[in-house]
Amino acid sequence: MATTALPNPKKRRFSRIGLRQNILGYLWISPWLIGFTVFTFGPMLASIGYSFTNYRIVNEYRFVGMENYVTALTNDSLFWPSLGRTFYFMLISVPIGVIGSLLLAMLLNQRLRGETIYRTFFFLPTLTPLAAAAILWTWLLHPDVGMLNYLLSLIGIDGPAWLASTTWAMPSIVLITLWTSIGGGRMIIFLAGLQGVPQELYESAAIDGAGEWSKFWNITLPMISPALFFNLILGIIGALQVFTTAYITTRGGPGRATWFYALHIYTNAFENFDMGYASALAILLFIVLLIFTIIQLRLSNRWVFYAGG
Amino acid sequence: MAEFNDTATLSAAKSGVDTRAQRQASLSRIIVRVLIYAVTLTLGIMFMLPFLWTVSSAFKAVRELYIFPPTWFPENWQPQNFVVIWQLVPFAQWTFNSVLVAGLNIIAEVIAAAAVAYGFSRFQFAGRNFLFVVLLSTMMLPIYVTIIPRFLLFRDLGWLDTLTPLVIPAFFGGSAFNIFLLRQFFMTIPRDFDEAAYVDGASSFTIFTRIIVPLSMPALSTVAIFSFLASWNNFIEPLIYLNTSENFTLPLGLTWFRVVPMEQGEPRDHLLMAASVTFTLPAIILFFVAQRYFVRGIVMSGLKG
Repeated sequence: MATTALPNPKKRRFSRIGLRQNILGYLWISPWLIGFTVFTFGPMLASIGYSFTNYRIVNEYRFVGMENYVTALTNDSLFWPSLGRTFYFMLISVPIGVIGSLLLAMLLNQRLRGETIYRTFFFLPTLTPLAAAAILWTWLLHPDVGMLNYLLSLIGIDGPAWLASTTWAMPSIVLITLWTSIGGGRMIIFLAGLQGVPQELYESAAIDGAGEWSKFWNITLPMISPALFFNLILGIIGALQVFTTAYITTRGGPGRATWFYALHIYTNAFENFDMGYASALAILLFIVLLIFTIIQLRLSNRWVFYAGG
Repeated sequence: MAEFNDTATLSAAKSGVDTRAQRQASLSRIIVRVLIYAVTLTLGIMFMLPFLWTVSSAFKAVRELYIFPPTWFPENWQPQNFVVIWQLVPFAQWTFNSVLVAGLNIIAEVIAAAAVAYGFSRFQFAGRNFLFVVLLSTMMLPIYVTIIPRFLLFRDLGWLDTLTPLVIPAFFGGSAFNIFLLRQFFMTIPRDFDEAAYVDGASSFTIFTRIIVPLSMPALSTVAIFSFLASWNNFIEPLIYLNTSENFTLPLGLTWFRVVPMEQGEPRDHLLMAASVTFTLPAIILFFVAQRYFVRGIVMSGLKG
């Protein structure tokens, strides 16, 4: 009898706790829930909605079906070039940036005297707001009186026009991006990852006669692979949205050499006020990013190693 | 290390051949060490040079910027550049706007993000894990997917060309990253603390303000720093929402100053340098004051991510 009578009050008590937990939980997260609905999810749905219209703010708008998407893919002379340029930027800046950050972190991990000083040297440029970095690099990369071309002239190289050259504008943007990012959060994350590798692993590898290179490939790299994965994902997401540096330094020029995809969206939305079309462009960017992230998550099973399980 | 040296001397004492090998090994180790220092120092200087050159140029007269070869130090020190910027353009107004927006963002984001993180870390509510995954995935959402409807919403509310749209979202937790960071931190606070308080009849609000918040000051400081930097550097949103130069924040004002025609076409490149340095300074000072919070916050985000 006792056994059959027991579960009932217990269950009721649990559900009362459950109710309290539910009410309080939702109450505490309500700021985010409201903010998410109003500023993120709602706008996201609205963007999808607008992308099927010809909304241009001034006129009455109507449903145009897939027209915006068809225009983007087949009839916008800037669409594919700007997407291609953005991929190109990503393919150059992300690997150099991530490997660069890792190398800096490995240098700092050598237990150098004055590690904090070097870390500060690498980190300070990343605190420069992009609006300020764009101004200072415009001068450093000045074709005639810039410091970089002066330094190149010292070793007998006649420097290019950098931001003013259709060939060199893209590498210039990459350079500015690297300067403002390579020694920042990414490097600190790698450094923490490196410092978290158990020393015993290296010691036992040394006893087995492993060289530095083999230690790096077989111990360091697998152990820091979660940090590498994290930095890669964030790096790609950031690179596909590159905007500010190019907007301030070149406005997409010269001759559209730095006309990135985000600039294309911005111009259509906030200079031409072609909101319907710009929404379609934004949704396409979202799809591209989603595909990239899914591919990376799939591939990550093969190379990312979580020591904690 | 000491043990290793002892065994080394011990074995070195045993045979002369070993000593020579040992000496060679330690010599090559010293060379490697010197190389590492040299490379690190060179790289460090390379990273700092653009920065230092800008600071130096902020003190130059404008014609000196057009001299080739460029100078490392100003020939004529012109510290008045730092005064002129406040007179020539609404720099004071921009600074005020930026400080106001950043200040409100810090307060609102710290409070809202802490409350939301508390909800996610301490209560068993239906759909919690699903909502947390939703929260995390918003970090990957490109701003362009939401910015157009947001612009239209703020326009309908009459908020365009005011600072309001730069502040209001912070009251709803702001960046998902902050919530994530705090939730990870709250998970490390033992539950025994809040359960004991709960048994004593404390409400969840009391537990939050009396236990969770006081124990989380380092993490809250980190969030405050991150929200300051994000707000201070924010470029695209002010660019989209603001039109009148008096309403600009510093990044937008600086960009405007860079291209807007001056009366009598006066050159201003040296002033732009001074303005950039002044604009960057608060972030640098903050870094030196609160370095450990920076590093800890970044590390938490990366390792738990």
